[in-house]
Amino acid sequence: MSNLEDLYREVILDHYRSPRNRGELETPPALRVEGFNPLCGDEVVVYLLVDNGVLTDIKMTGHGCSISQSSSSLMSAAVKGKSLEQVRGLITTFKTLMTVHESSIDSSEPPPLQDVRALGELAALQGVVKFPVRIKCATLAWNTLNQGLDELSAID
Amino acid sequence: MTTFDPRLVRADTPLLTRIINGRPITYLDSAASSLPPRPVIDAMSRHYERQHANVHRGVYQTANESTQSYEGAREAIARFIHAPAGGEEIVFTKNATEGFNLLAKSWAASNLRSGDVVLVSEMEHHANIVPWFQLRESIDIEVRFIPVGDDYRLDLGNIDELMKGVRLVSVTAMSNVLGTVTPLKQLARIAHEHDALIAVDAAQLVGHAPSDVVDLDVDFFIFSAHKMLGPTGLGILWTRRDILNTMPPFLGGGGMIADVSTSGYVPAKGPTRFEAGTPPIAEAAGLSAAVTYLEGLGMENVARHDRDLTQDALSRIDDEFGGRVRIVGPVDTDHRGGVISLDVEGVHAHDVAQVLDQFGVCVRPGHHCAKPLMKRFNLTATARASFGPYSLVSDTDVLLEALTDAVKLFG
Ligand SMILES: Cc1ncc(COP(=O)(O)O)c(C=O)c1O
Repeated sequence: MSNLEDLYREVILDHYRSPRNRGELETPPALRVEGFNPLCGDEVVVYLLVDNGVLTDIKMTGHGCSISQSSSSLMSAAVKGKSLEQVRGLITTFKTLMTVHESSIDSSEPPPLQDVRALGELAALQGVVKFPVRIKCATLAWNTLNQGLDELSAID
Repeated sequence: MTTFDPRLVRADTPLLTRIINGRPITYLDSAASSLPPRPVIDAMSRHYERQHANVHRGVYQTANESTQSYEGAREAIARFIHAPAGGEEIVFTKNATEGFNLLAKSWAASNLRSGDVVLVSEMEHHANIVPWFQLRESIDIEVRFIPVGDDYRLDLGNIDELMKGVRLVSVTAMSNVLGTVTPLKQLARIAHEHDALIAVDAAQLVGHAPSDVVDLDVDFFIFSAHKMLGPTGLGILWTRRDILNTMPPFLGGGGMIADVSTSGYVPAKGPTRFEAGTPPIAEAAGLSAAVTYLEGLGMENVARHDRDLTQDALSRIDDEFGGRVRIVGPVDTDHRGGVISLDVEGVHAHDVAQVLDQFGVCVRPGHHCAKPLMKRFNLTATARASFGPYSLVSDTDVLLEALTDAVKLFG
């Protein structure tokens, strides 16, 4: 049953049970972005407050499985207070982590990645790659955040 | 006399010998698709090995055999659902979904006018909702919903009001989410009293209980072969011959014509009018074998087996988990079939299904293509277990073992 333990790490269950940065921000000044997974009905709403190129606050609502909800919570904790450039960097790193490397699915080796450590608690989500159908659960919040950043830079 | 022993059905079903995650597979997803027994698989192989040829046009021996086998499947299905005029009333489609599209785009598009009402229910599969909304885009019909009560059954309290302006009642025989069985005879009587026709989504019924379109007194009966131990890629629409003969063609092309010239075409008579292009010939051979197999089991026996398994599972889930695992559907087996939707407190359906997979248990998480129903009960997803004629009480044992683990993990 080691596989399942790879997926449902304690950190993930903790963020699922007590999600961080849960709630709403006033819009405007905050930006509100919605993300859906039409196949399973998972939903996240991200509120972003940006000041001077820094993501000063982030709040999230929504519902879904433990993977989508814990990924949202972990993401919010990781990006809050970071510069937009750093946030974009984290999104890229996280999405690389979620990329399925055919050869590594069956091995216990994580995908070759220099900065997994930089991800901190987020690295707990790397077990998801072994469950390909769940990857979209983990990336939902990140894609929504990315969409929000695109909307912000379109406004500028 | 028919004999029925689910252990023999299991022995006939090759897929059930698989080992998943180190455990024998526990297949509890027959509502999504049933597993074909050996005779069905063999019939399809035999078709390809011995007689495959295109239907209806050849004069050589195998082309004749192929045509006979394809037309024979129409007769087999007609017998199975007691179609009064036999195979002439059986249209083959791709699946139940295409059956509803045929009903909407052929019969309804040519019979309904702006302002007419199609009455469906809140517990329909999207297959019996979306085609009506699509029709609404071209003819301004109203799509009205029979509400579902807190007892998970159709609420017919206001039916006379609901019937105003209705030309077609289109309802499921059994909900693929709640397991609820609907009162088809009563609905047929109400529809006919109001000069409306009634169409039935029989997808969840035909593989699980006897079906008799004359006894039910319905006008359309639509289902899929793959939910009655048959192959994918083949669905069935039955309607009375007098209705069928007035329905305009749906898709155009070869096979559906009586004549074509440079100035136009004349559609064929009978069901082939709706079967443009090369049909699923091997699948039809598989369906005939599925019908023969189910007749051998006896549909009364299959229905009783479903009921026994469901009764046992419902009471054990309740005993074991109490409020932690809620059954989303009627608890009384007089009003339900063998589809059991579970809502596990604090655990999302996808996580439930993921933990169950570790035990080799196949259940389906999600909205089951019935989003209006999910919304009615404020749910986003349930984990659904469903039985087939090969299911055993031991499948429920494994389900309970795995559920215990899921509840513990998310504690
Ligand atoms: C009640 C009901 N209606 C219609 C369908 C659609 O069947 P198919 O996908 O074979 O067209 C299903 C299957 O999911 C169903 O359960």
